[in-house]
Amino acid sequence: MPREGILVHNPYERMTKEQVRQIHHASMQILTDPGLISFNRRAAEIFASNGAEVTPVSSGDHPTWLVKIPEKLVLHALDSAPRIVKLGARNPDNALIMNGEEPRVYFVTGSETNIWLDVEFPTYVKKSDPKIEIQVPEFHPRRGTVADLCQSAHVCEHLETLDGYIRTVNIQDKDITEDNKDVNKFFASLNNTTKHVMSGLTSLSQLDNVVNMARIIAGGEEELKQNPIISFITCLVKSPLQFVEDTTDTFMEVCKRGLPVVVSSSPQAGTTAPMKEAGIMAQINAEVLAGITLGQLVNKGTPVLYGSVPVRARMDNLDDSYGAVETSQYNVDCSQMARYYKIPNYSTSGVCDPRTPGTQSSVERLFSDILVTLSGPQYLHCAYGLLECNSVFCLTQAVLDDAHFQMIKFFLRPARIDETEIAESLKQIREVVATPQKLYISYIRRAMRSRQISPPYPFEGDGEGDNVFALAHKRMQELLAKPVDHIDRATTARIFEEILGLLRRQVDGLKTEG
Amino acid sequence: MSEEIIALLKENVIQGRKTIEDEGVDESLDGTPGVLELTQSAIEKGIPADEIIMHGLTAGMQIVGEKFAAKKYFIPDMLASAEAVGRAMDILKPHLEASNVETRGKFMIVTVKGDIHDIGKNIVAILLKGAGYEVNDLGIDVATEKIVEAVREDKPEYLGLSALLTTTRVVMGEIIEALKENGLRDKVKVLIGGTAVSDEYADEIGADAYCEDGFQAIKKLDAFQAAKA
Repeated sequence: MPREGILVHNPYERMTKEQVRQIHHASMQILTDPGLISFNRRAAEIFASNGAEVTPVSSGDHPTWLVKIPEKLVLHALDSAPRIVKLGARNPDNALIMNGEEPRVYFVTGSETNIWLDVEFPTYVKKSDPKIEIQVPEFHPRRGTVADLCQSAHVCEHLETLDGYIRTVNIQDKDITEDNKDVNKFFASLNNTTKHVMSGLTSLSQLDNVVNMARIIAGGEEELKQNPIISFITCLVKSPLQFVEDTTDTFMEVCKRGLPVVVSSSPQAGTTAPMKEAGIMAQINAEVLAGITLGQLVNKGTPVLYGSVPVRARMDNLDDSYGAVETSQYNVDCSQMARYYKIPNYSTSGVCDPRTPGTQSSVERLFSDILVTLSGPQYLHCAYGLLECNSVFCLTQAVLDDAHFQMIKFFLRPARIDETEIAESLKQIREVVATPQKLYISYIRRAMRSRQISPPYPFEGDGEGDNVFALAHKRMQELLAKPVDHIDRATTARIFEEILGLLRRQVDGLKTEG
Repeated sequence: MSEEIIALLKENVIQGRKTIEDEGVDESLDGTPGVLELTQSAIEKGIPADEIIMHGLTAGMQIVGEKFAAKKYFIPDMLASAEAVGRAMDILKPHLEASNVETRGKFMIVTVKGDIHDIGKNIVAILLKGAGYEVNDLGIDVATEKIVEAVREDKPEYLGLSALLTTTRVVMGEIIEALKENGLRDKVKVLIGGTAVSDEYADEIGADAYCEDGFQAIKKLDAFQAAKA
């Protein structure tokens, strides 16, 4: 049985049907005028051989082509792209089945941050009354490592609401190079979680090593096809409207291998896309559709996700502002567009602007988490633990995020109103009203124990002070102490024999040379 | 046989089941007699009231209290068990004298004139009754003179006054004055509770204690009882 996620009944939509059609038509116009610039020769050739109008724009060391994609090509691609995409998992019970027409949401981590945030709780003494001491969290940023990624996957394995894992931290150990980064990040993730693992690829040269590793873990070629325990995310289109040379290559190679891949576009409203909703929506939709079309031309029927990571620019420094209200509007719109095309949607929420956990980060992440979840994207990268946009990861924050997703999931349970419930309720009301105390207490105890009543916020302190962060940190340490189901030793040994570049320290006591 | 009934009584107190119809915290006792039926059976079988109370009701409440302290039980559980014990005490009342059992004290509770809020009052009444106090609930919106009269007649050791509103809490002070005028103030300890009152307000009107909730009410009453002994 795959994971259930949460089915959103009556998903929230901002656009009318007519507005959706208007965005679609605008995107179709963009794909032919102005079209896209391709820095990738192969992509330009594939488009040309399938009827797109392709014209060389510049030659030399970095030749480019103008690609104008006719609507017919896009519609064919949308016909062949699977409506249902399965993301497998080491534990088959953790598989995710995504149906482009069904707003069932899966919550996943992401993205790859450079900074890992350590937390300490030093004690402060009140100057005017030294008897009073308080502990205040102190945050220490540092570069992420392989050990951090292992820890993160380990804790995420135990987070109840988390359905899948996108690597959370960029591994920057001294012995990590471009040639061994991919195998180590995939192994660190796969070895510490039995949930689905998705990641970007640093070097195309490592794709087959990563796929071979997944094949060994899944149990063979066919087994990996049936249970794709890994998938990829590629930003092949750089906004505005440019096929990037290297990531487009990576995308096409993943498509050839038939593994699931996210066609992700991340325009910034105000700089790399229009600020207005109509403008950024028409552009991001065109960019994603261009990628999906290329993927289907490379390998008809290959599983793709409609990947949307739109964001508004900050006005003070032009950085991304994931906390901006418009960012959530754009994401909700993208979810609606993906459902229009019946392609599963990879969406974004929960990313916030501040660099440390606190009130602002809580407000921003919860705001977008609720709204974007309500729009029903199938694969929601909801930024467990992320801070300062995509720059900082804090494991304790991820534990806090799990708590509020429990609330969101509870809220989205379908209303239990039917004849049986009504009859039981009427019986209760009549019985209770006839008693002197007029209290319904004796009817709620069993409901309380069968998870019909939402639990209290798990990090509520005993006193008047706010101990939320300290309690979440304690919970994080408890989760870290819980064992995880690692890849078995025989399979691990085989991986270390066949896949070059893995760091031996990833596996305690393994005799095989890495 | 008597041991079996007492054990079942204790288990039903822990589950907070009054009658055969009641739900417990789980399904293990569904459809079996609850605290009230078992108490009646125990009396009919000649089990002394003190044994029913000590080894059945009180022993069950002891475990409920432990579970509550360990956060395995919540207020609805505590109230359900306390209500079951309170109702069992009503059944046992005629048999207490024969067993030389005394209640822990007489407690009169009331929501004052002008105020109709009674959830908190009812909860306090259930908890105190479950804790072994004899509780006389006068109801809501009760006139001061009626309260004074009830104190004169019933002679409770404790009077609990409840008010939710700042506009009705002033009546508490008026009741205390009326008790004084009628020569009853030194015969009854007055405890106040409700959202509109506090420790400071209790001092201001000359009440003996403020109780934040039912659990605190039990603690304060127990402390008064201990001071008397």
